[in-house]
Amino acid sequence: MATKNLPFANMDSALHPAGRLSLSRATVTLAVMLVVHGLTKSYAGPRPRAVFAGVDMELAPGDYVAVMGESGSGKSTLLNLIAGLDSADEGSIKLDGTELTALDDDALTALRRKRMGFVFQAFHVLPYLTVAQNVALPLSLLGVAGSEADARVAGMLAGVGLSERGASMPRELSGGELQRVAIARALVHGPQLVLADEPTGNLDAETASQVLSLLREQIKANGAAGILVTHSRVAALTCDRILQLTLAGLRELTLQ
Amino acid sequence: MHKAKVYALQVVLAGSLAQNKARSVLSVLAIALGVALGYAVQLITGAAVNELALGVQFLSGDADLQVRGPRSGFDEAIYPKLARLREVAAASPVVELDAKLADRSDTLKIIGIDVFRAAAVQPGLVADSADRLDHLRSDTLFVSPAAARSLGVDVGGSLSFQVALRAVTLRVAGLATADAHQRFAVTDIAGAQENFDRLGRITRVDLRLKAGVDVDAFRDRLQAELPAGLAVQRPEAGVKASESLSRSYRVNLNILALVALFTGGLLVFSTQALAVVRRRAQFALLRVLGVTRRQLVMWLMAEGALVGIAGSTLGLAGGFFLAQAAVRIIGADFGAGYFRDLAPTLTPAPLPLALFFFLGVVIAMLGSLAPALEAARAPPAPALKAGDDERAFARLRPSWPGLVTIAAGAIASFAPPIAGLPLFGYGAIALLLIGTLMLMPRLAVLMLSIVPTPRGAPSRLALLQLRGAPGQAAVSLAAIVASVSLMVSMAIMVASFRISLDAWLERVLPADVYVRASAAGDTAYMTVDDQARIAALPGVRRAEFLREQQLLLDPSRPRVVLLARTIDAANLTRQLQLVSAQMTPAPGAPPPVWVNEAMVDLYGFVLGSVVEIPIAGKPTAFTVAGVWRDYARPQGAIAIERERYIALTGDRSATNAALWLAPGAAVEQVSRAIDSDIPGGSRLEIAAPGEIREFSLKAFDRTFAVTYALELAAVVIGLFGLSSSFGALVLARRREFGMLRHIGMTRRQIGAMLATEGATVTGIGLVAGFGLGWLISLVLVQVVNRQSFHWGMELSVPWAPLTGSALLVLALSTITALASGRHAMSARAVLAVKEDW
Repeated sequence: MATKNLPFANMDSALHPAGRLSLSRATVTLAVMLVVHGLTKSYAGPRPRAVFAGVDMELAPGDYVAVMGESGSGKSTLLNLIAGLDSADEGSIKLDGTELTALDDDALTALRRKRMGFVFQAFHVLPYLTVAQNVALPLSLLGVAGSEADARVAGMLAGVGLSERGASMPRELSGGELQRVAIARALVHGPQLVLADEPTGNLDAETASQVLSLLREQIKANGAAGILVTHSRVAALTCDRILQLTLAGLRELTLQ
Repeated sequence: MHKAKVYALQVVLAGSLAQNKARSVLSVLAIALGVALGYAVQLITGAAVNELALGVQFLSGDADLQVRGPRSGFDEAIYPKLARLREVAAASPVVELDAKLADRSDTLKIIGIDVFRAAAVQPGLVADSADRLDHLRSDTLFVSPAAARSLGVDVGGSLSFQVALRAVTLRVAGLATADAHQRFAVTDIAGAQENFDRLGRITRVDLRLKAGVDVDAFRDRLQAELPAGLAVQRPEAGVKASESLSRSYRVNLNILALVALFTGGLLVFSTQALAVVRRRAQFALLRVLGVTRRQLVMWLMAEGALVGIAGSTLGLAGGFFLAQAAVRIIGADFGAGYFRDLAPTLTPAPLPLALFFFLGVVIAMLGSLAPALEAARAPPAPALKAGDDERAFARLRPSWPGLVTIAAGAIASFAPPIAGLPLFGYGAIALLLIGTLMLMPRLAVLMLSIVPTPRGAPSRLALLQLRGAPGQAAVSLAAIVASVSLMVSMAIMVASFRISLDAWLERVLPADVYVRASAAGDTAYMTVDDQARIAALPGVRRAEFLREQQLLLDPSRPRVVLLARTIDAANLTRQLQLVSAQMTPAPGAPPPVWVNEAMVDLYGFVLGSVVEIPIAGKPTAFTVAGVWRDYARPQGAIAIERERYIALTGDRSATNAALWLAPGAAVEQVSRAIDSDIPGGSRLEIAAPGEIREFSLKAFDRTFAVTYALELAAVVIGLFGLSSSFGALVLARRREFGMLRHIGMTRRQIGAMLATEGATVTGIGLVAGFGLGWLISLVLVQVVNRQSFHWGMELSVPWAPLTGSALLVLALSTITALASGRHAMSARAVLAVKEDW
């Protein structure tokens, strides 16, 4: 298993159950869950375009990083590559030691189903399911049903402050509430990695701030790692680290 | 409207048509198919009827009135009395008959005229001839160019006709002047009477009245003076009577074709409804930008009109070629036998062209109306919000309009025919169909709540989706419910008819062998000697003879058939399939006749009533002693005891015979004996009941072939509709599929989800379609068939073929749903989560 040095002391990481588990093995290192190495992507076509090259990134459980960059810099593409939804030209993506680039579509889908959660800008809450049914969707895909599923859904809804809205239909919810549902859905099955693409792009500043806090809190509380793709410095500042994506790869940023 | 707004509308709407290319093309094709079928049927039957009218018009020439009677003719002594009337300028006696061509299966219309009289009334019938005496010779005739062509005979050649069982040969002296399509021959009236056993009898007198005579007043006066069984009428009334025989069949074909067009309209509706839902947010934006409700409705209706214009144009062209091919391959009556000798020229007339073009456009626009109104009514603010789609269908939910429409349909089914046509019956079917479609959202909710929720995630999600968005499911269902119900109702009707026909044939064919003088025409019959010889043939245990005649009871209707046959009142049910009680006339009451169901419907000859029937020029009273089922004579038929007929007419000839064989005797043996022992016996048609049954059922299937074709078209359009709806729904849900792919649903699972949705929606469509189809079949059997053709039948549901068809439709629609979902399963759908709209 790959390891890395702790970049900086992080109270959330230190208190995290996964972190404690790793600490029991080695007091100064955490297990690296996601390793991206030498990732290169370009778009073919009449006018081929290089998106980025040589992207390296490592993520341990409890890490929550923001990826920023100019429009068209490939932030969402990077997220899709990590999710196994798009294929890279070169490079490697390992999740818990599994090389994603070597997997076929079915295996990638199974991996996403078990180990990843997603939060989108446009929420994508299914309009014909109740709030609780929407949250339960990943569980039902994993074959978790009955009282176990109900308990997990209830727990997640409580976590995102929507305990009373389980039976509501999405059309009865505000944008902020819909994104809370999406966060609950992204975490209900205990994924190792949460990928959030501009999750507050459709929300006002105050609601956005609440959603970002909730997202961080839930990722940390569930022992997952998270990647937040955003244009917003405010949003980025809620993460542990901020990375900037350029043509040449990722570099760490320090924002005031 | 501000130019910028118009531009915005154009951009959004044109963009939408381009985006929905495949579905727009499907809608155009559906309308085109409906218009093509409707126009082709109209073109063919219209041309055939026109040809029939032209024929009658040509043959009646300048006559103002015609005196007609039984098909076998009436006493020629009437003619001089008519000619001497002071209002009559010229009178021309005519012997008109369909002569059986010897040793051929077809007939030729023979018109016997007095050339001197005809010149004054029907100059067109008098042919040019090098030897004018040919007009007076009894062994010559003048054939029309069409007859010469079809019979392959030239001037100087000869034609042989079967009269009784002997052959009569006449020389072709020249060509009658006539337009290209009429098939007939003209001969001297005395020759016709002599050659075709019509001595002393004529079939018609054409009258040209003096100038200034009030034709209708004179007609009424003359009618009162004519002997029983004769009628005087304008020549065009004869056309109407001829037309009426095929009218119900033609109207039914037209209705079936219109049903295909209606199903096409439903396809436009479902396509537009779903396209409008998909563009709901776009329309809301346009409304925010300042586009008025009216402008939006107009633009959406314009979309429908564009589909209609394209479909109608394509359909009219297709219909013309389809009509030409149909006439060439199956004939002008689609194999039903109404216009057997006609080869009409199909000429596109402006009125039907305009009518069907208009129908196509209007139906497409009507299909767009409800979605357009919904789009315009939607308040912009909520419509801009994602997840508002199902609200668009909320207005489809109230159940009372559907229930009221169905109730109206049920009431309409009890109404009597109008002008002999089951117009209320058709109306009832339309109302039942529309009412059920209006109820579909409610029914969909109800049926979806009954379906148990499956355990597997894809099927579970599919069902939850359908339960959450029943309005969308109902829109997809419209076309499939319509086409399945039509398929089911037609299948039940045809099966009921076929099974009833089979049972009827079994009942009416109790003998071992049937013999008839000829299949068609008025000239073939068996003389008393022939009958005696047949009865005495070795192997024949018992022989019964039947004389078929045609009587004119109502000049506006075709002649009814009089069957003079041996009747065993004690065992009547073995001879006739009675549908009424059997009664014996009270002592002193007029003697009995037995009538078919058409006589009850058309002439009111109900059981027990005393009716007057003109036989041999004398009105004779009879008691209706029973009503029997008859699938052969929709114009009406009366069965009378043969002895009574002979006593009234002195006519001992027979047209048909039923033979019971002695034990050990074979049909072939009797057939050979008829050929060898009866003079002219080889001209008799001999068949065993099994052969007649087989032939009749084949003719039945041939007649219904076009029905099957039109029904198939409706089902294909229904499947188009389902495919179109699913395509639109899948497109509208691509973000959903994108999200599901993100969270770990495989392509196979999404495929399974769509297949489940397709199968569930179709399953509901099949259940609703079967229920509605059964109801419609009741109307078809009890109202439409009864009022159109006066045929009663027992309802039979062909379970096996219907179950097979249902499974096929289920499989096809599931495959259709899967095919429509191929976008959803493509990698691109994953990126759809980035889309806002």
